[in-house]
Amino acid sequence: MSQISVNTSSAIGHAAAADIDAPIRIAVRNLNFYYSDALALKNVSMNFHDKQVTALIGPSGCGKSTLLRTFNRIYSLYPEQRADGEILLDGQNVLSPSVDVNELRARVGMVFQKPTPFPMSIYDNIAFGIRLYEKLPKSELDGRVEEALKKAALWNEAKDKLRQSGMGLSGGQQQRLCIARTIAQNPEVILLDEPTSALDPISTGKIEELIEQLREEFTIVIVTHNMQQAARISQFTAFMYLGELVEFGQTDKMFMTPTKKQTQDYITGRFG
Amino acid sequence: MDTALQNSHMATAKPWGRVRRSRYVADRALKIICTLFTIIGAFVLGWILLMLIIEGAQGFSPLLFTQTTPGPGTQGGGIANALVGSLILTVLGIVVATPVGVLAGTYLAEYGRTSKLAEVIRFVNDILLAAPSILIGLFVYTLMVQPMGSYSGWAGSVALAIIAVPVIVRTTEDMLRLVPGSLREAGAALGAPMSTVIMQVSWRAARAGMVTGVLLATARIAGETAPLLFTALNNNFWFKPNLMGGVSNLPVMIYQFALAPYQNWRELAWAGALIITLSILALSIVARLIVKKDQAR
Repeated sequence: MSQISVNTSSAIGHAAAADIDAPIRIAVRNLNFYYSDALALKNVSMNFHDKQVTALIGPSGCGKSTLLRTFNRIYSLYPEQRADGEILLDGQNVLSPSVDVNELRARVGMVFQKPTPFPMSIYDNIAFGIRLYEKLPKSELDGRVEEALKKAALWNEAKDKLRQSGMGLSGGQQQRLCIARTIAQNPEVILLDEPTSALDPISTGKIEELIEQLREEFTIVIVTHNMQQAARISQFTAFMYLGELVEFGQTDKMFMTPTKKQTQDYITGRFG
Repeated sequence: MDTALQNSHMATAKPWGRVRRSRYVADRALKIICTLFTIIGAFVLGWILLMLIIEGAQGFSPLLFTQTTPGPGTQGGGIANALVGSLILTVLGIVVATPVGVLAGTYLAEYGRTSKLAEVIRFVNDILLAAPSILIGLFVYTLMVQPMGSYSGWAGSVALAIIAVPVIVRTTEDMLRLVPGSLREAGAALGAPMSTVIMQVSWRAARAGMVTGVLLATARIAGETAPLLFTALNNNFWFKPNLMGGVSNLPVMIYQFALAPYQNWRELAWAGALIITLSILALSIVARLIVKKDQAR
């Protein structure tokens, strides 16, 4: 019992204050997104700041996951989906065909709603991403795997079973494994698509703490259905509705004094 | 008291006994009929096995594995040449069929999910899956035996491979389709090219099912007779090392010996049938164990 309260209390309302002077890492400009002919994002423009957590909130189907999935062009796995407009990562438009999609994805990591450990050992799960882009001697690879597991707060639980299958871990551990796998590649941006919606409260607490720590190193964008979670862990929040960006700003301001009525209605639970 | 309680709490509830009796009867009847036919099916299977074991055991002796099949009118003999011949034909067939089947199945499941070409291939594969095996024997006869001017183990293996390919294509595709798309997305999200995702993630996740498919295809072709009639044929000698001029094998041996007027031939046919059945049974059990072990993981 006491563990629960420690975990949650340390995560509630302790998000660091937004750094409004932080440089812009990702700039979205006039982004439209289509599923076949259905317009899912309408002329979205917004900025994501370096080493800040930005939460995307809004009711189901509002386009928040769609927006997230444009940043690493994961949508391009499906031929009927397409985006136009610009997403500038450090000034370079990642939607441009000249950008190598695999290289982009190594720079912009992603963690999914359901944990997705590969059917291989914990060690190999993490080494998988590193091996794609770096040829390291065994000792160095070991070090990188350990470092990633430590950063993902999984080292103590996993260090004695690195050779065991990643599928044998609990749901929360699997999700931290997926985070470890992502940060092992040293990305610049981490995208989290409702990373805790399939987890119990204790595991959720651990992941939230982890996000708080990771913010010191990475730019984080998180999609969440849980407004308390957005309030707890993010510096900036974007509220989306029906494919449009309704309001974007510092999280504490947005939750205290939203400027748009729609935002206020959603935050106070009147719809969504 | 009871009725009073019921009345007060369930005043609006409908009375019991509204379900017609005929429904209970139909319900029971279906269950009994299904059970009955299951028993009939299992009984026939058990009968076949029992007969095989009784009859096959009579002809069983160590000589089976050391001597070649006897000529007409000669006493004794074994089935060593047919056993080894069958083994070689089956292994060659499956070695040819596995890469073709696995790669084609991978194309269908991974690359051609929505393409027209994949749809056509899938359709043709289903036809091939149901094609009478004697047709495949005739096809390989015109393709290989006629031009080469001789029956051969190669032709036999090719015919068996053609039977195995559609089975492997189908199981590979089905097993790969069971791999959740989120796993592929996770691989792609790490910047892995599609080939890496397929080989290191999809194949690994579907491994047990794919191996099972290959094993079941092996079991299938190990007992095929028709495609070998016009290709590998059968004879009573050890085959030549180059596999030309006919290769003795169990199914065709059984076909020829079972109806022969010689007592020792018929006994050898029973023994051969028992050995084939036990091998297929063993393969199926191994396949099941693999799946079970994978599910437990």
